[in-house]
Amino acid sequence: MDEEQAQYQKRTQQLMPPRPIWRNLIWAFLVGGIICEAGQLVQWFFVNQGMSTEAATPPTVVVMIGLGALLTGLGIYDRIVKRGGMGGTLPITGFANAMVAPAMEFKTEGLVMGIGARLFSVAGPVLVYGMSAAFVVGALRYLFTGVA
Amino acid sequence: MAIERVGDTSYRMSGVYVLGTGSVVGPKEGNGPLGQDFDRVWTDDVRDFPTFEKAEQGLLAEAYDEAISRAGCGWSDIDLVLGGDLLDQTVTTNFAARTHQRPLAGLFAACATFTEALGLGAMLVAGGGIRTVLASASSHHSTAERQFRFPLELGYQRPPTAAWTATAAGAAVVGERRSAIAVEAVTLGRVIDIGGKDPNDMGSAMAPAAFDTIRRHLDNTHSVLRDYDAVFTGDLGHFGIAMLRDYGQDHGLKFGEELDDCGRSLYQQGSQDTHNGGSGPGCSASVFAGPLARRLTEGKLTRLLLVATGALFSPTTYQQGESIPCIAHAVQLVREEALG
Repeated sequence: MDEEQAQYQKRTQQLMPPRPIWRNLIWAFLVGGIICEAGQLVQWFFVNQGMSTEAATPPTVVVMIGLGALLTGLGIYDRIVKRGGMGGTLPITGFANAMVAPAMEFKTEGLVMGIGARLFSVAGPVLVYGMSAAFVVGALRYLFTGVA
Repeated sequence: MAIERVGDTSYRMSGVYVLGTGSVVGPKEGNGPLGQDFDRVWTDDVRDFPTFEKAEQGLLAEAYDEAISRAGCGWSDIDLVLGGDLLDQTVTTNFAARTHQRPLAGLFAACATFTEALGLGAMLVAGGGIRTVLASASSHHSTAERQFRFPLELGYQRPPTAAWTATAAGAAVVGERRSAIAVEAVTLGRVIDIGGKDPNDMGSAMAPAAFDTIRRHLDNTHSVLRDYDAVFTGDLGHFGIAMLRDYGQDHGLKFGEELDDCGRSLYQQGSQDTHNGGSGPGCSASVFAGPLARRLTEGKLTRLLLVATGALFSPTTYQQGESIPCIAHAVQLVREEALG
């Protein structure tokens, strides 16, 4: 990069309007917290139905994914994330949003090349690197503790 | 009519006029500060069209109809359609041509497409042979989002420098018949790459390209900024205009009140959640074809320099870490009465 480019990029950083970091952090805390509290309520519901905490986890996940998908379909979830940022993206409802949004968007390109091919266009990297990380951590655990 | 090359690749012409313009925008643009000045405002951004792509074609077709009817001519009078859009293979412009059945030369200069079409059209008419050209550009927020960014319903946060692709189309009929607005000069842009890599900050990447074209246009036509009532860039937005003022100051060109931007003017920044402002080929096309053409016709503007700006990247190039090459094309327009 020549000197003029470097100087211009430096000037760009100086004059760039700042991101509202603190406001975003507070919103992320509130939105993420509310979603997790909702998940907790759902889990308590299943525990109250007589399930153990461990057994209540899968149905809780299913309900939260369903909620995320429903709110995406109703056009509400993108507004939640717009406010809440990572507070809305990180919980499993955000994962549901990342799956349903491309499915809705690309249905005009058909069931196979549209929905089928594009379904994982946003969530794909999360799965790839999530599973890769799980594999590495599992291998390390086996190496150090002998427990598979 | 006549055309002459002035200075380093600018062209001055006489006897070339904008016979009529057409501007059609979506509901968000209609609710913006310029909403009253567009010819048609859609109340729904897809209407009954089955896809966003077809909706954009519909938008462009309506802008064509408005421009042709305001020019007082018919499709058979159009010798050549010059235009483009943002989508891969410029499908909007190409597919709309299935209906109008007039000769088409498709163009691409990203968001600078409109002044490229208008400038080339004026040069062709001035050169003789071709009598009437229809110049156009269009964009649709939802078609651009899916091609360049994310699905509409995906939640994510946009930084303050992100632009909002306008749902808008603009068209202008250029010909020899004396009309209210004349094309005086054209400067085609060079590709300038200042090293910007952030597709969420195209304003600062494009500002030096706008500066380069404005500087060359002023030098070649021996004019100064004071000679223009308004210099409108295409879609630098709030931040890009600030960068252009700063860059101009450093390079010996002090912009005053005459400098404005189509994208910045299109939306109410605070209440419409559009961050840096409008962008897309349809942004400068519709703002010229609607509000600016109206101001020229009504005498609120006498001489206008329209400098549409384009960021010439694709999703592939920025994912590969390439910087963003930019371009700007300038067209100088004047109220006919001022020609004397």
